[in-house]
Amino acid sequence: MNLDHVVVVGASAAGLTAAEALRREGYDGRITMIGAEQRLPYDRPPLSKQVLAGTWEPERTALRREDALVEADWLLGTPAAGLDVAARTVRLADGTAIGYDGLVIATGVTPRRLPFGHDLAGVHVLRSMDDALALRKDLLAASSVVVVGAGFLGAETAAVARQMGLAVTLVDPLPAPMIRQFGAKIGGLVAKLHADNGVTVRTGVGVSGLVGLGDQVVAVDLADGSSLPAEVVLVAIGSEPATGWLADSGLSLGNGVDCDSLCRAAPGVVAAGDVASWTHPELGVRLRVEHRMNATEQGMAAAKTLLGKGEPFAPVPYFWTDQYEVKIQAYGMFPEDSVPTVVVGDPAEGSFAAEYHQHGRVVGVLGWNLPRETRKLRARIGGAA
Amino acid sequence: MKVLIDQDKCVGAGQCVLAAPDVFDQRDEDGIVVLLQEYPPAELHEDVRQAARICPALAIELDEA
Repeated sequence: MNLDHVVVVGASAAGLTAAEALRREGYDGRITMIGAEQRLPYDRPPLSKQVLAGTWEPERTALRREDALVEADWLLGTPAAGLDVAARTVRLADGTAIGYDGLVIATGVTPRRLPFGHDLAGVHVLRSMDDALALRKDLLAASSVVVVGAGFLGAETAAVARQMGLAVTLVDPLPAPMIRQFGAKIGGLVAKLHADNGVTVRTGVGVSGLVGLGDQVVAVDLADGSSLPAEVVLVAIGSEPATGWLADSGLSLGNGVDCDSLCRAAPGVVAAGDVASWTHPELGVRLRVEHRMNATEQGMAAAKTLLGKGEPFAPVPYFWTDQYEVKIQAYGMFPEDSVPTVVVGDPAEGSFAAEYHQHGRVVGVLGWNLPRETRKLRARIGGAA
Repeated sequence: MKVLIDQDKCVGAGQCVLAAPDVFDQRDEDGIVVLLQEYPPAELHEDVRQAARICPALAIELDEA
């Protein structure tokens, strides 16, 4: 089929990158960008860092200046509501139907919510710019916050709120923060980092309820029977692929949009970014990576596939987090049964790099305030431990 | 080609150094990008373009006018 019209659903990092890659690779047909939010593409990592802290104005997060945006028709504030793969048509929430020759699905993820309490004022999730600004507004007016969930988003938010002068309690059912990402050893260091900065770290206990007074949240009940006073609550308990609009599409939605190693989900349909899972050709496992770097790399890979120039998508994942004065950087994979070994520096000195070993191989490299050395160790991934 | 970097936007990922090690480096203390050549020679241009494309903070701009 001739490629004369590419529709990109999702106007954030992955979608924008795919559109830019199409143009760069010589595609000069029509591109339609569909975004659920009213905003032009902006960067999300700063939301839980500089935007929440107020050190960046929202405009600073723009992924491109308006005059440098890729040539496309922009349909913003118009979420997609359905997909007909056979008829090659995307349906928008307002009922509009848009035909395509090629489709890029890049709708990202939506925050997971607790089964209770989200109707109370003061209870937040954090995914969009509007979410970040609303949370910041409440934090500025409060003296304490409870952060539910100690993954990337929760830990970063706890750090920012602490630096804004609030009393912060960080709650997670697992024994330490970021244990899902990096294991117990690093998790213990993250717990200590937060405790040293004055955060009350309540790990190993879940949340059983949010208590309201009128329509305002006033407390978080924990599963051990205790209760934490709360003026503001951030619920940061992970996210779900934004695939609701694809429920009747016939696409395989086992783990987000299931793709092959070339990011293909169906004829003429590719997916990229947080929403897409694919089989990593070298690791031989199905991955779905909710990290900023992947949005860029997979957006480019998916665009090339649409143009018939696709190659198996085999990245070394990269992600990072900034908390207080600490930057944690990670290249590769950190499976639950991999074992970290410090190879440079010393955790006690606040600066080190560790290799993660699994089945006699290096699968991941983690750096704690040691960026240059960590980057150099990336070459060790895949090699013998 | 003129290379412009935004050290305030940079997140220290080091992806630019992996793509074009003769043009980019990182500060020791925080990993923020350091520009080694503002006007890289033609044989490095494609590597520099790749560095700009993959930067997860879009902190590299190229002036190819």
